[in-house]
Amino acid sequence: MPDHHDTFTHTNPEIDVHSMGEVHEHPTWKQYKWVAIILTVITVLEVWAYYIPSFVASAAFVPILLIMSALKFAIVVAFYMHLKYDHKLFRALFTGPLIIAMATLISLLFLFGKFAGR
Amino acid sequence: MATAVATHAHPPTSTGLDHRKIAIWAFIGSECMLFASLISTYLIYKGRSVVGPFPHEVCDPAVLGAVKCPTKMNAILNIPVTSMSTFVLLMSSLFMVLALAAVENKGKPGYEGLLGSSKFWLMATAIAGATFLGFQAYEFTSFVHEGLTIRTNLFGSTFFTLTGFHGAHVTAGVLWLLTLFAIDVKRGLQPKDALLVDISALYWHFVDVVWIAIFTLIYLIR
Repeated sequence: MPDHHDTFTHTNPEIDVHSMGEVHEHPTWKQYKWVAIILTVITVLEVWAYYIPSFVASAAFVPILLIMSALKFAIVVAFYMHLKYDHKLFRALFTGPLIIAMATLISLLFLFGKFAGR
Repeated sequence: MATAVATHAHPPTSTGLDHRKIAIWAFIGSECMLFASLISTYLIYKGRSVVGPFPHEVCDPAVLGAVKCPTKMNAILNIPVTSMSTFVLLMSSLFMVLALAAVENKGKPGYEGLLGSSKFWLMATAIAGATFLGFQAYEFTSFVHEGLTIRTNLFGSTFFTLTGFHGAHVTAGVLWLLTLFAIDVKRGLQPKDALLVDISALYWHFVDVVWIAIFTLIYLIR
């Protein structure tokens, strides 16, 4: 009688790979193309904003640039890295450390007085 | 309309997911913390350099006692060049997803010709990555010629460390892509090999998202 390991061989043709949480849908190349166009447009807007002195001097400059950057980050992660379509464990493995990293970054900036007097 | 993607046979695991893909996501998670620490260091020391060159234009006549900025006070960061390299890296991510789609959908309708050529898209991604590294080499060289090295000031130390680490990651990614290209040339990547490309694609896109953060935080925000 085969032991436990024998029942889970690499070549077992009865393995139902569809039940292993990996069957998912990816965007088509047309959707990828639109994602690339959106990313390019946001980048152009970012650089354009950099060259408007009055906007750079305004209080809205940094928050708007951070929002645009976060949007690009989220689009790449969701569509190109397929996190929108993948298993929730992958989402947890990425967002968990990302939240810790962001919290550490913000804490360090507070600790070293980067937000003092603003 | 989305395309259904065939999955890859592998031994069952306790999570029901392929260990290699879990490993790459865990690795990417740890890389988030590495780059957050490097970005934190840059931001903490930002504006604390006592000698130039400085990243952005520093010209305050009230402080400097001069109407015109001295040379050392001018911005050293070259935004047009870095914008181009950012665009190249963004396009490399598009090429990478097209390489993965070509492998996953090999032989399927709609993926004939160039769109179904994983070799083309893998090489295009590697070339785009190498082009980005070329831009970075140009930037580093011009900085050194302008008197900014890793030992010059706090900006130089934190900037070269952060962007140097990123560049090293891009270099590793290019080598990885060239390895996949060599495998594709030798025996042809098939849909059953899609996970190999998927894992390298995740790494490549991560390198891209890190640059998205660096470009805004270091180059654009003054």
